[in-house]
Amino acid sequence: MSVETQTTKTPDAPRFARLRAFLDGDLAHGFFRTPSAVISALVLLVIALTAIAAPLLSPQNPYDLTQLYLDKAELPPIWLADGEAPYLLGTDVQGRDIFSAILYGSRISLMIGFASVIVSVLIGITVGLTSGYIGGRLDNFLMRVGDLVLSIPTLLVAILVSAIFRQLLPVSLRDAFTPVILTTSIAITSWVQYARIVRASTMVEARKEYVLAARILQLPSSKIMVSHILPNVMTAVLVTATLNLGLAILAEATLSFLGVGMPVTQPSLGTLIRIGNQYFFSGSWWVVLFPALQLSLIILAVNLLGDWLRDALNPKLR
Amino acid sequence: MLAIIVKRIGNAALVMLVVAFIAFMIFQFLGDPVQLMLNSQATQGDRDALRIRLGLDQPVIMQFFTFVVRALHGDFGVSFRNQREVMSLIAERFPATFELVMVSTVLALLIGIPLGVFAAINPKNLAARMARMVSMIGISVPAFVIGIVLILIFSVQLGWLPAFGRGEVVQFGTWSTGLLTPSGRLALIMPSISLALFQISFVMRLVTAEMLEVLRTDYIKFARARGLPDRSVHFRHALKNCMMPVVTMTGMMIGDLIAFALVTETVFQWPGMGLLFVQAVMFIDIPVMAAYLMIVSVIFITLNTIVDFVYLAVDPRLRQAGSGGGGHVR
Repeated sequence: MSVETQTTKTPDAPRFARLRAFLDGDLAHGFFRTPSAVISALVLLVIALTAIAAPLLSPQNPYDLTQLYLDKAELPPIWLADGEAPYLLGTDVQGRDIFSAILYGSRISLMIGFASVIVSVLIGITVGLTSGYIGGRLDNFLMRVGDLVLSIPTLLVAILVSAIFRQLLPVSLRDAFTPVILTTSIAITSWVQYARIVRASTMVEARKEYVLAARILQLPSSKIMVSHILPNVMTAVLVTATLNLGLAILAEATLSFLGVGMPVTQPSLGTLIRIGNQYFFSGSWWVVLFPALQLSLIILAVNLLGDWLRDALNPKLR
Repeated sequence: MLAIIVKRIGNAALVMLVVAFIAFMIFQFLGDPVQLMLNSQATQGDRDALRIRLGLDQPVIMQFFTFVVRALHGDFGVSFRNQREVMSLIAERFPATFELVMVSTVLALLIGIPLGVFAAINPKNLAARMARMVSMIGISVPAFVIGIVLILIFSVQLGWLPAFGRGEVVQFGTWSTGLLTPSGRLALIMPSISLALFQISFVMRLVTAEMLEVLRTDYIKFARARGLPDRSVHFRHALKNCMMPVVTMTGMMIGDLIAFALVTETVFQWPGMGLLFVQAVMFIDIPVMAAYLMIVSVIFITLNTIVDFVYLAVDPRLRQAGSGGGGHVR
């Protein structure tokens, strides 16, 4: 996945050549020979596409209150006795179609997951490059901050950051800014790993001759860091990022489940599970079970893919 | 050696002080306690009097100092929500969380280590492959989903196990335990399994990975060449050398479990301090939030420091002063 994006960066003509080379290469070969990787990639692709196309595919817009009918509340899935036609997986207590809610919810979960990984990678790269290239006191300070973040349980930090930011915002803005708050609170807890990886490889790279050559040419430090060193430390970052995507999606779901994440008016998968959790003693198990299955499937697929990528790029295991 | 120990303890104390500062800042940021504690009819005089009584007229540094001194005495103030001493609230809830976390840790080690060894020595075995697949699921499926599914099956459908609460508990002074009553033990089953599943999978994968690496080394080949039985090679020679990372992980795992217990406690309405914290967050009950943050951080940092010391005791290479942090050896 990540390797493809690297190859598409090059201009048009060599692009296909490089794509060709990639498809003939070890990585692609290994990919098509690992059933778990192929299946997870397919599952993720289907989930991502259906999530993006949610407005086209779903029979109801779950955010639009005028489309919810209370007389259609708590209908079971369509294959059970009382199931009704457009409501494939049943409805919740407000008459919200579970299938539509899952598609829209996956959209939010994936979006916040990706966004928080990107933000934490950006923070991590900036801190890691600065720390590793400039070194000295700044390095010491930045790494101490990192140690501090790691010395408090991440879940606790995320809950507190999310709760505090929500409290600081005026009520009218709260719901609109929740995705931003969630992304920030997850990113704040997860940048340290990238910073450490980038710092360690930057310190190694900075002693090599090509960096020395660039310094003799009197290129500015920022240019050397970004266009000379960074490309050489990206592989490790991308593997870690894939492995952490699952954790980020899980973190968002956990926060929403606990009630400090996405609001009921704009439910992510975690919020849907939270809503369902309040009702399944009355017998409507479908409200909680289907979102829970979708969430587990997403995280499982991401983890399997990340695991495969880590093993594939680890020369020790070849 | 002594220098390293002193340095580590100093570091831990410094981190704790920063955490205390963060907890203190939560008070500063989130609303004025005077506003929260008085009703709207209070006069300006009442406000000023309360402000002075709470020490809010002092400079911020002095307020922080008072806050730390009080925290060291276990005084975190009074809960906004139920008007009780925060410390006694937490002390009341702590045994429930402790019991849950300990049972989960024991489960994780007792199940995770043998499974990990099994998967490593029979990599081609079908059962071992199954175990590895299941461990992947155990790592991926969120703990609250597992909890909900367990409740759906064993409480709603089958009616075998209680869906929430702790059952009957036996009081020993301020400590309470559910381990001594049948209903207490029954109530513990589902929460501890759903909390432990991630750690079981994690321990198993860790042990498998370590074992596979150790089994390739020369001393194992030599042990086999000496004609030692497989069991002795696997358990006495190989497993022993895998235990270091497991010991480290167990230390950090307990810290993680205490933090993650708040999710499990929410699912099962388990009356531990995690549930107290989640409810406090809902009501922005700042004293409880701050106290919980500080107590969990103390436990977390203490465990990490102990793990570092264990490393120092076991691995003499780390004892040279100036070597890197013990936690980052691997």
